[in-house]
Amino acid sequence: MSPALAAHPSALVQPAPGDFVRVGVCAEATRANMDGIANIGFILGRTGVAVIDPGGSLTDGQRLRASIRATTDLPIRYVIMTHAHPDHVFGARAFLPDHPVFIGHWRLPAALANREAYDHARLAAVLGEAATGGPVIPTLLVHDTLSIDLGGRVLALTAYGAAHTDTDLTILDQRTATLWAGDLLFAGRVPALDGNLTGWLHVLDQMAGVAAVRAIPGHGPDAVPWPAGADDERRYLTVLLHDVRAAIASGQDIDSATAQAGRSEERRWALFDAYNGHNVTVAYKELQWE
Amino acid sequence: MGMNARLRLAASFGAACLAANLGMARAAESEASRAARWHDVAAAIFSHRPITENSDLLHLEAPPRALDAALVPVSITIGPSARIVALTLVVDDNPAPVAAKFAFGTLADPHLVKTRIRVDQYTLLHAVAELQDGSLVSTSRFIKAAGGCSAPGGTDPAAALARIGRMKLHLLAAPVPGMPVEAELLISHPNANGMQMDPVTRLYTPARYVQSVQVSQGGQSVFTMQGDISLAEDPEITFGFRPSGTAPLDVVVDDSAKTVFRQSFPLAPHGS
Repeated sequence: MSPALAAHPSALVQPAPGDFVRVGVCAEATRANMDGIANIGFILGRTGVAVIDPGGSLTDGQRLRASIRATTDLPIRYVIMTHAHPDHVFGARAFLPDHPVFIGHWRLPAALANREAYDHARLAAVLGEAATGGPVIPTLLVHDTLSIDLGGRVLALTAYGAAHTDTDLTILDQRTATLWAGDLLFAGRVPALDGNLTGWLHVLDQMAGVAAVRAIPGHGPDAVPWPAGADDERRYLTVLLHDVRAAIASGQDIDSATAQAGRSEERRWALFDAYNGHNVTVAYKELQWE
Repeated sequence: MGMNARLRLAASFGAACLAANLGMARAAESEASRAARWHDVAAAIFSHRPITENSDLLHLEAPPRALDAALVPVSITIGPSARIVALTLVVDDNPAPVAAKFAFGTLADPHLVKTRIRVDQYTLLHAVAELQDGSLVSTSRFIKAAGGCSAPGGTDPAAALARIGRMKLHLLAAPVPGMPVEAELLISHPNANGMQMDPVTRLYTPARYVQSVQVSQGGQSVFTMQGDISLAEDPEITFGFRPSGTAPLDVVVDDSAKTVFRQSFPLAPHGS
C-alpha cells in the first residue's frame, strides 16, 4: 500500500443504505493526503450511480472511482459538484471515461473558469502536476431545483444564493431522507467563508426546513443528525456576524478585527487559525456597507 | 504616474497576473533579484532620483502572510518630526506596481496613512515619502500572498456596481479646529483590474478603477490620491488632517470610466 493511501481513510461508510461516504481527513492538502480532505461519495440506485463530489485531485477521484467499481457494476450516470472549491471538484476528470452527466449550480461554469488557473497552480505546487487533475465544466445546470432519478431513487437538487460560495448546491436523497450538504455544512472543522455571511445564515434557515433526518457535511464525520447537526455552524456564523458588526460599529479597522472577532469560538473548531482571520476579512468586506 | 507609465511598467514586468504559477515560481526568488526588481521599479517610478532607506522615519505595517490576497491592509506611520509632501505605496511584483500616490495639502496631518491593497504574489512592498526638501526616503516589507489580482471570490459584480460611488466617512475622534484628527474614508467601487471574469457573461470584466481621490475642506486640500488597480475593491483610506473651521469635508472620486463621484461630509461640532 502506498503511503498516500495509508495516510488516507479510504474506506467507505454508509450512514444510510445506498449513501456511501468517503470521509476526508481533517487537514490542509498535502502530498500524503492528495487533497482527500473533503467528504465525497456516491448514491447507488437501481439503474445507476451518482457521484457527489468527485474529490480533491485526480488521484483522489481515481480512488473514489475504484471504490465505486469495487461496490457495483452499475454505470456512473451523474457527477454532481456541490460548489467550485478544488478539494471537491479536482477529481472530476477521473470520471471522464464513464461519460457521466456533470451537474452543478448555474454559476459553477463561470466560477470554475475563473478559478481554475489559480487553484491548479496552488494545488500542483503541493501535489505535483500529474496528480492534480482539475474540474470538468458541468453541462446540466441547476437554476433553482432539479430532480434526477437513479432508478427508484429520486435525488432532489437545490441551488442557493451566495452562502459558503456563490455556487452552493445540495442533494436530498429522498429514499433515505439524507441531505448531502456540501460545504454549506461543516462539522468539527471550522467553516470557511468565501461567499456571503448573511446569505449563509439565510440558507441555513432554508435548509432547516428540508425533510431529512441526517446530513452529510462537506467536512466532518460521515453524517450528523438533521437539522440539529447545523447548530454549531450556525452559532459560529452568528458569533462572526455579531463580532464583525460590533467591530465595524466601534470603528475597529479590519486588521484589529481579524485578530479579535470570532475568538470565543477558537477552542471549538479544528483548523480555526487557518480560516478564522480570512472569514473575518470576508465578513468585514460585506458588512461594512450595511 | 500617468496611464502611459503604468502601462509601460506593466509591460516590462510581463503583466500576466493570471499566470499564478509564475507567482509560485517567484516565491523562490532570491533577495538579490528582489533588490534588482526594486531598483528597476524605483528607477521607472521616480526617474532615477536617489532614495534613502530610513525605517526610523517611515514605518510600514502589513501582515507577513495575507489572510486574503485581494484585501491586504497596509498601514504607514511617519515620524512626528518628518515634514512630508507626498507618499507612494509600491507593490514591487504586481502588474501595476504603484498602488497609490498621496500628495498632501495644507490641511493634512500626514503621520498615518492606511489603505487596502491587492497582492498578486510573494512581493516586497515599499513606501516612499517625499520630504519638503525634495529628498526621497523609503522603507519596505515582505508579504506572502498570492492571487490578489485574479483571486477568485464570492463577490457579486452586479451588487458591487449597484453600490458604486457610495461613500462612508468615519472620524475616529470629535473634530476640533486646528487639532489633528484621524478619519477613515470608504469608497464603494469594484476597482476592477480587468483580470476577473464576469460570472454571467464569462467575459473578463473591463478594467474600471479609481484614478483619483481628492479630499478637501472649504477649498483647502487635505490630500489627493492617485490610485490604480492594485488598490483593493472598495478602496479604503485612513488619513490624518487638521480641520479648519466647521465646513464639511468634500470628497471627489474620479474613475477610469470618466465617472465622477462627489460627497460632502458635515463635521459635527465638538461637544454639541
